[in-house]
Order: sequence, then structure tokens, then C-alpha cells
Amino acid sequence: MEPFTFSRAADPAQAITAGAAASTAQQGAEVRFVAGGTTLIDLMKLDVETPARLVDINHLPLAKVERTSGGGLKIGALVRNSDLANNADVQRDYAVLSQALLSGASGQLRNMATTGGNLLQRTRCVYFRDIDMPCNKREPGSGCSAIEGFNRTLAVLGTSKHCIASNPSDMNVALTALEAAIVIRGVHGERKVPIGEFFLLPGNTPNRETVMQPGDLITHVRLPPPHQGARSHYLKLRDRASYEFALASAAVVLASDGGAIRHARVALGGVGTRPWRSPEAEAALIGKPATRATFAAAAEAAMRDARPQSQNGFKIELAKRCIANALATAAA
Amino acid sequence: MTSNELTRRDMLTVAAAGTGALVGGSFSTEAASAAGPAKTGQGMMDISLRVNGAEHRLSLDPRTTLLDTLREHLHLTGTKKGCDHGQCGACTVHVDGRRVNSCLTLAAVVQGADITTIEGLGDPDHLHPMQQAFLEHDGYQCGYCTSGQIMSATAMLKEPWGGSDADIKEAMSGNICRCGAYKNILAAIRQVRTA
Repeated sequence: MEPFTFSRAADPAQAITAGAAASTAQQGAEVRFVAGGTTLIDLMKLDVETPARLVDINHLPLAKVERTSGGGLKIGALVRNSDLANNADVQRDYAVLSQALLSGASGQLRNMATTGGNLLQRTRCVYFRDIDMPCNKREPGSGCSAIEGFNRTLAVLGTSKHCIASNPSDMNVALTALEAAIVIRGVHGERKVPIGEFFLLPGNTPNRETVMQPGDLITHVRLPPPHQGARSHYLKLRDRASYEFALASAAVVLASDGGAIRHARVALGGVGTRPWRSPEAEAALIGKPATRATFAAAAEAAMRDARPQSQNGFKIELAKRCIANALATAAA
Repeated sequence: MTSNELTRRDMLTVAAAGTGALVGGSFSTEAASAAGPAKTGQGMMDISLRVNGAEHRLSLDPRTTLLDTLREHLHLTGTKKGCDHGQCGACTVHVDGRRVNSCLTLAAVVQGADITTIEGLGDPDHLHPMQQAFLEHDGYQCGYCTSGQIMSATAMLKEPWGGSDADIKEAMSGNICRCGAYKNILAAIRQVRTA
């Protein structure tokens, strides 16, 4: 691990000022905020992250889950994954989020990992995590080792010729289906970014993963009020039953009226370079009867543009079945 | 169990010293620690930690994890280093009563918190019920993962899990046992949960 200086931020303004001194908030950032540390400390041990300055934000007053006046939910960036998963409002109104959180990592890691930190979780691509290997995400221009290498776990949607790394988060998939907004405070004040605009496609700059700028501090995640009469579900498929990243996962929100689907949100994990919303699947569901045939058609639509690599072609069929089964569970 | 741990550690120390002599004589156990600061030149930091109720004032490299602080500086070697990347659970301790991976926790971050290690859970004359249950059910073979298993299991008792064996398995999935003593670990935890 490279040396760094350590300080504790007394308030958000102090953290923002410290962060603003960095030249980037993306890969290679000289200043990093540390909360749970479950991604950051791991990557610092691997020398993938080498910040010169670490700012401890654990004592900022951002650890509450609050009901908003409009009936939505305001989740503090420092709410731990386990607390969010077991929150009564989340379990009642946003079951897909609770399920996604509880399917991720381990009991220990969920006690540490935060809502804000999970939004910034990094890929598990083995080449990104190994500084001896070329990786465009870690070292722009060095090449992608995964395209001709070990890519069984990587993305089939949203890839580019420069990067096929998959986003590993479960929480972000549920937040995508729930149309969350990310509240960010930075040097120019506060802004609210819809989650669909928060994550960037790799394109030819895979080192840039989000819209975060130097000094930006995620303070909250806002959820809109739960859709009337909707049911949601998170289904995660993986190599072992627990404590493993998704090969494919689906977060779905579904509401029907007299047999016809009137509201549908479908987001995918494990198969995309970012948490993957599928408007194609949603369009294939709206107005149709909630049947197996409809769900299968939606799954087909979701994966129509998928591009397999040498080892991960199985993910396309796996993701289709995952979507169809998640929808069937939500509709049951 | 405690006397066995001491014996094992003594043996490892002897073995490590022997290897060092073989390699060239300057191989100290401190340098052999994979976690010890490999790069120098950075300022030390005053850190206060409360471990098992006792206050400790330390001067540490900011990079020092809670795990390495416990083992290398406070000599509380009951907490084990397995993967050192949050994947095995051997390093599990309690911070303010909640289980965490001490290998991914910087010591500087948990200043002011109540840290509990296996040494603070019970002692040979006053075993915690979970320690006693692991003994009764033979919930280990080599014993390396055991302190992490027990710390995880005691914290899990206070978490909102269902009552089934499947719940125990899911709750304990962050603790790997490469000997495969899972069946007996499950029996030990089940006993304490239903007691």
C-alpha cells in the first residue's frame, strides 16, 4: 500500500474542500473519501488505488433513512447496507432493494459498506485488480486484457472495444429499477442526478465510471414514492448460493390492472458495464397480460443487443431466464 | 483451546525464525509480516483505540489496519489473518457490537469505537456460550478460522435473521472454513440460538 495522510472530516464542507484539491474523482484520484472502506482499502492493498490523502467521512451526519413529505425515501450516504436492508420502510415499500442488499457480500461487509460507497463500487475484473496486467480502466491506453482473456464474469451489454468490465453491485441494480436519484454536494453546491445518468458507459474512457467531479460528496439517495400496487423482486444467479457476485441478476417492479401490466421497471446486474436499465423489456411488458409468454418476450427484448465475449456467451441465456423468473415471481 | 493456540503460535514463531536463518539470517518475523508497512518515509499518527474495554495509545503508520494493530501492536493474536481482502472472515471482530472484517478497517477509522476481539469474549475459565458450544460440537479442525467464526456467530445472534438452519448458513457465509467443519459449526450456533 502506498503512503497517505489521514484526516477526519468534521463536516461535509471540509470533505468537499479536501476532495476538490484532486485532479480527478475517477481512477487515479489523489484524494479519496473513506467510509466503509470495503472497496477502497481492498484496492489500496492491491495498489490499484493510490490516494495521497484519505479523508474519513464516517462521522458526517448522513446515516439516517427518512420518509420524505412526498412519500418517498431519503437515504443518507452513510447508511450501512445491513441497516438499509433491514429498515422497515425499505422492506415494506422497496422490497427489491432490501433483497438486493441482502444478496450482496457477507454479514460483515454489509455492516461496513455504505449506500454512497456502494454506488462507487468498482469492477471485479481480474485485470483491473492486477497492476501487472494491461487494463484501460486502470491505466488508460494500456489495452484490455479481458477481451482475449478471462471474461467469463464480465459484461455482454454496454461494452466497448476498450473495456468489458461489469459493474458488480446488487444495490445499484435495485436503485436503477426504483429510479433513484443521487444527491451530490460539490464545490458548486448541490445537484440531483438520476441514477440512469450517474453511471457512464466505458466507450473510449473506461477510467471514467461516474459523473463524480473532484470535491463531489454523495450525501443522499432519494427514492420516489413506491408505485401504487406494484410488487418488486430481485433475483440473483451466481456460482454459489451465497457470498458471490452475480453472473446475472434482475431487479423488477411490476403492477397490473385487470390482467394487463400497467407499470414495469426492469434493471439487470452482472451483465452490463453499468447497472443496466432495460427500456426494451419494459416496453415489451406494458399493456400485455402478465403471463410467462410476455415475460419471455421481455427477456428476449432486454438481451437483443447483447454481445458475447469468448467465455461469457452463456450469460445471455442466463440473463433471459433470470428476467423471466424475476418477473414471474413479482407477478405471482 | 487457548493453550493450543499458544502452542501453535510458539511453533510458528520457531519455524519462521528457522526459515529466516536459512534464507540469510536477517529475516525477522516483523519483516515477514505481509501487512507491515513495506514502504517508509511517511509520518506516524497518534491513534487511540479501545479494545476489550482497555484504552491503548499507539503511534502507527496511517496504513495500519485494525487487524494488524491487534496482532502486531497489541499482541492480540486470537484474531487471524486469512485472505487480508475481506473474503474469508478469519479477521472478524466487533466494532460497537457489530461484526466487521478488521482487515479492511483502518485503525485510524475506528478511534472512539468499542472494539471486541475473541480475547474479550471469554477466557478459558469463563467461556462465552458460543465458545463452549464450539467445543462441545467440535466446530473446528485446524482452528484457524474459529475465532472469526465465533465472533461472527455471536454478532449474528443480535441480527434480524429467521430461525432456520438456512438462515444460519446464509448469515455465516462470510466465514470460510477450508477444513469444512460447517456441519458442526452449524450445530454449535443452533444450540446457542435455541438455548
